[in-house]
Amino acid sequence: MDFVGLPVPYTMKPRRISEFLIESAIFLAGTISILFVVLIFIFLAKEGFALFRTVSLWDFLAGKDWYPISYPPRFGALPLILGSVWVTLGAILISVPIGVACAVYIAEVAPHWLREILKASVEFLAAIPSIVLGFIGLVTLVPLVQSLFNISTGLTALAGSLMLGFMAMPTIVSIMEDALTAVPRSYREGALALGATHWQAIWRVVMPAASSGVIAAVMLGIGRVIGETMAVMMITGNAARIPTTLLQPVRTMTATIAAEMGEAVQGSPHYASLFAIGIVLFVITFIINLTADFFLHREK
Amino acid sequence: MNPKISVKNLHLHYGDFHALKGVSIEIRPCRVTAIIGPSGCGKSTFLRCLNRMNDTIEGVKTEGLITIDGEEILHTGADLIRLRKKVGMVFQRPNPFPLSIFENVAFGPKLHGVSGPKKGGRAPSLEEIVEKSLRAVNLWDELKDLLKDSALRLSLEQQQRLCIARLLAVNPEVLLMDEPCSALDPVATLRIEELIHEMKKDYTIVIVTHNMQQAARISGETAYFYLGELIEFGRTDRIFTSPEKKETEDYITGRFG
Repeated sequence: MDFVGLPVPYTMKPRRISEFLIESAIFLAGTISILFVVLIFIFLAKEGFALFRTVSLWDFLAGKDWYPISYPPRFGALPLILGSVWVTLGAILISVPIGVACAVYIAEVAPHWLREILKASVEFLAAIPSIVLGFIGLVTLVPLVQSLFNISTGLTALAGSLMLGFMAMPTIVSIMEDALTAVPRSYREGALALGATHWQAIWRVVMPAASSGVIAAVMLGIGRVIGETMAVMMITGNAARIPTTLLQPVRTMTATIAAEMGEAVQGSPHYASLFAIGIVLFVITFIINLTADFFLHREK
Repeated sequence: MNPKISVKNLHLHYGDFHALKGVSIEIRPCRVTAIIGPSGCGKSTFLRCLNRMNDTIEGVKTEGLITIDGEEILHTGADLIRLRKKVGMVFQRPNPFPLSIFENVAFGPKLHGVSGPKKGGRAPSLEEIVEKSLRAVNLWDELKDLLKDSALRLSLEQQQRLCIARLLAVNPEVLLMDEPCSALDPVATLRIEELIHEMKKDYTIVIVTHNMQQAARISGETAYFYLGELIEFGRTDRIFTSPEKKETEDYITGRFG
């Protein structure tokens, strides 16, 4: 604060210095995080773009065969990209309707005591390490999918979708629940006072009022799904083929990087191709986060 | 004249708190009835009984008898949707929905189906209802070219008028107003009061206010509440010039409250 006209310069001075120090420290902390992002991207780009000296961008993105260690090697990432897309789409189809319904129930319908229990359990769900979920999925979901559809292996895109849908749910529910709770009570009362039913008030007033938060919740859930590695590697079967149904084994981009990075020779095209996959993932997640951000800050 | 609203021995508890203690009152149609009293005296709670908005609060128990046009509204099987269509409410802070101006006014008719006085053998269109409702609150000329804009961009006074228009669109008979001017400046307050004055020929209006001058200016009858009890009820000019009860006199002369 500036006390203009107070004749006490010797007390103001140390305060100005400490203000300056604090401000610079905050500025530094802020810029460092940006710097790290930029450095990570530069590193990723440097390592990944080396691939395109041997393979064209088109052959990489649209190539149907991923045989990185055969001779000659083939670096078609399409099966991996589609593997991620299929698993993610499946997970969205499962988690979005259930997550949205769950958030609406917690925020709008559940009695007070139940609301607190449900919120705590959803947050607890988010705290379970993904490897543990993957392990549980491996011993429960995979056999279930196998016997349910009578197929030779349960390690399929569907099992991955179910698992990831389950993992995305806490993100979707908790962000959306916050968005719904933030809708002023007066909107609900206004709708009810006009003779709306509880459901009409939720659907026609509360949901539109919370729409940006709802969309952001879904986008962040998708971001969580597409970036997940361990659980999905354990239960999707890891076959780098272009999937035609959800009942086939698939291999996602993340699982490919995790599985092959250890054995790729540093500096080789194989090594570079894994970084190139990393760039693709980075771009996808970046777009998703950007979209979420756009919706979060759209109004007002 | 038969009363529009008749309340007999109304008790209300919020958990352990006895908020209304045996209130009985008869409210006449097409009049403005003001409810005054110090903060926490139960005047808003009483108002919210008349369209059963207290149902949305957990732990509220209501006993007694409220009839509107002879129809009992407190029993569990009462049709709340029909009740709230008939008995509209304006809140303390304007609460337009975060939708366009048009959608705000069209909200009620869209819920309940377009209805209203037939014109040339057909029901009025949504557009006609919106126009009529906005005209009734003197907003049409200002806003007719801005109907697609967000209602949240309007001034507070316009927002409050819009909230009244939103009610009128469902053809209510009773308007409950819970300190409708408390968020407005004095000029806007006067204009809303003029609107209330215009509307009273068509609607039964019950208004809660902490502003005694406002009660004196706009109401035909005044009810004074204190600590959950209805202390005195009668013609406004009499209440303000020769109150029968000592408590009423103390309050209106500003000795407390």
